[in-house]
Amino acid sequence: MSDAVPAIRLRGLTKDFGSVTAVDHVDLEIAAGEFFSMLGPSGSGKTTVLRLIAGFEQPTEGVVELFGRDVSGKAPFDRDVNTVFQDYALFPHLSVLDNVGYGLRVRGVRKRERDERARAALASVRLDGLADRKPAQLSGGQRQRVALARATVVQPKALLLDEPLGALDLKLREQMQVELKQIQRDLGITFIFVTHDQEEALTLSDRVAVFHDGRIEQLGTPQELYEQPATKFVADFVGTSNLFDAERSSALLGRTGVHSIRPEKLVVAPADATAPTGDGERTAAGTVVETIYLGTGNRVVVDLDGGARVSVLEQNDRHRTFVDRRGERVLVVWHDADVVPLSSPLIE
Amino acid sequence: MTIAAPRPTLARRLSSTLSTHPRVRLALLITAPVAWMAIVYIVALVLLLVTAFWSVDSFTGQITTEFTWDNIVEVVTGALYQTVTLRTVGVALLVTIVDVVIAVPVAFFMAKVASARWERILIVLVLLPLWASYLVKAYAWRSVLSQEGILQWLLTPFGLETPGYGLTAVVITLAYLWLPYVILPIHAGFSRVPDSMLEASGDLGAKSWATLRLVVLPLVWPSIIAGTIFSFSLSLGDYITVNIVGGANQMLGNLVYTNVGAANNLPLASAIALIPIVIIFGYLALVRRTGALNNL
Repeated sequence: MSDAVPAIRLRGLTKDFGSVTAVDHVDLEIAAGEFFSMLGPSGSGKTTVLRLIAGFEQPTEGVVELFGRDVSGKAPFDRDVNTVFQDYALFPHLSVLDNVGYGLRVRGVRKRERDERARAALASVRLDGLADRKPAQLSGGQRQRVALARATVVQPKALLLDEPLGALDLKLREQMQVELKQIQRDLGITFIFVTHDQEEALTLSDRVAVFHDGRIEQLGTPQELYEQPATKFVADFVGTSNLFDAERSSALLGRTGVHSIRPEKLVVAPADATAPTGDGERTAAGTVVETIYLGTGNRVVVDLDGGARVSVLEQNDRHRTFVDRRGERVLVVWHDADVVPLSSPLIE
Repeated sequence: MTIAAPRPTLARRLSSTLSTHPRVRLALLITAPVAWMAIVYIVALVLLLVTAFWSVDSFTGQITTEFTWDNIVEVVTGALYQTVTLRTVGVALLVTIVDVVIAVPVAFFMAKVASARWERILIVLVLLPLWASYLVKAYAWRSVLSQEGILQWLLTPFGLETPGYGLTAVVITLAYLWLPYVILPIHAGFSRVPDSMLEASGDLGAKSWATLRLVVLPLVWPSIIAGTIFSFSLSLGDYITVNIVGGANQMLGNLVYTNVGAANNLPLASAIALIPIVIIFGYLALVRRTGALNNL
């Protein structure tokens, strides 16, 4: 991140709904041009933060700054950010062209220029041919792109996206992810992307904030979040993890505190395999209770003799295919460096 | 353990016949309502239309079932009927305007501003007057509007006085009577506009007025039209309110009433009754041209 003024800065942002605190003293800086994701389960406060930035909600406490300017008391139409809504919120009585031109129309841009710019925006999302249709005549993916064109045609300094891909089916969603990333690079503006899909957040983002109970649980690059989850919640929510409470950590890992290991960092070896040779390699004996074929790999669930149950992800490649190994005695092997210490106590 | 196949009882066989014969099912479902519609709506309307072209024997008072244009000609050209028609349409339009002006902000508040709990309470409050008899409410307004009434008492400190009985009183009373019928469809219309639509408009730079003009009104326009059809047509046909608070004024309904009763001229009454029907058809045709009915 540069030293320049952040595109968005939140300071002590708090929002209460009655007795419920949806957002609890959130501090955050998002750089200009960044693709930033807010990830969390429903009710974690991520959408409320987005709505506070857009101006649809007023904070109970705290400040929202856009490019160094405090906009906390300002209405949505006085903020240089635009939103792509989860339900797209296209105006059903207006044509696609008029929907895209709406922001220009209310700014007093004349019809000819407005239509020209709206057509250019539609072309940028590859919808040139559909300008005269009504939103009801479009598919979900097309509506999504109209919403994008409508929000970007007024050249906002930041684009807020509220689960924009949530309503699309898997194939289309993957395709739109690629397109979103390209559009963001082309426009060079800040994207703030709200999602509950951890894979989507990891794929698209420069940085991700993981929300939990109205707070930011961890903030970092996708790699940092995945490789070095700070808490049990992050380890569990971002990807899958094998979690070890303090007791099992000391028994199995010989460490104090709570730890996690990613399933793909574990290896299943035959029970009679030779003792580990490499530095820091460790093993534990156990029994396979389940093997699941996943296509590119297999998930092997092993009950370790110490009492813990771990999940191992092994890749199917030239040397390995799926074998049902239920009941087999095995050794689970891992490297000390892949054990991640977690800060919060493990509650079971 | 097996479950025995159900025994083929009569009811069961009937059900299976029905489920494989959709036409029989449809016939059973709609015969009664269609018959009812045919008798109550169509036949009554056709009889009205036919009667308008008959006449009354002035000696015997019996209806002569011979075709004649006399009633229609009289109703269309008679100065009395023209004046009363204009007055009735004027009252109905004023009532409709007053109702829409009151109903739109009330319905907006109910649907978009009030909490879910207050919305329910307000709906009950809007419906509450419908539980009281029409006559009671009309007489209540007679008392409110009288020279010794509460309106006079309220207005005196401001140097104003009650409009008394007359067309103003008719407009006020009818506007009060039909208001729930106007609020409810408009409220439903506002409820169907998602909040995100209003937020999107503000987000794109529209101030409240622009949002209202460019997004909200076009979307609730069909609902407003539905409300106006109620207030307009109910006002066109009313004759009781004008009797109670209208002073000496007559509306079309009064002419129908006198001709059916005192004057014993059913054919002329039918001809007069055709006037509001024609006007309503004209109104619907006008509304249809605006495209408002396409979205209903």
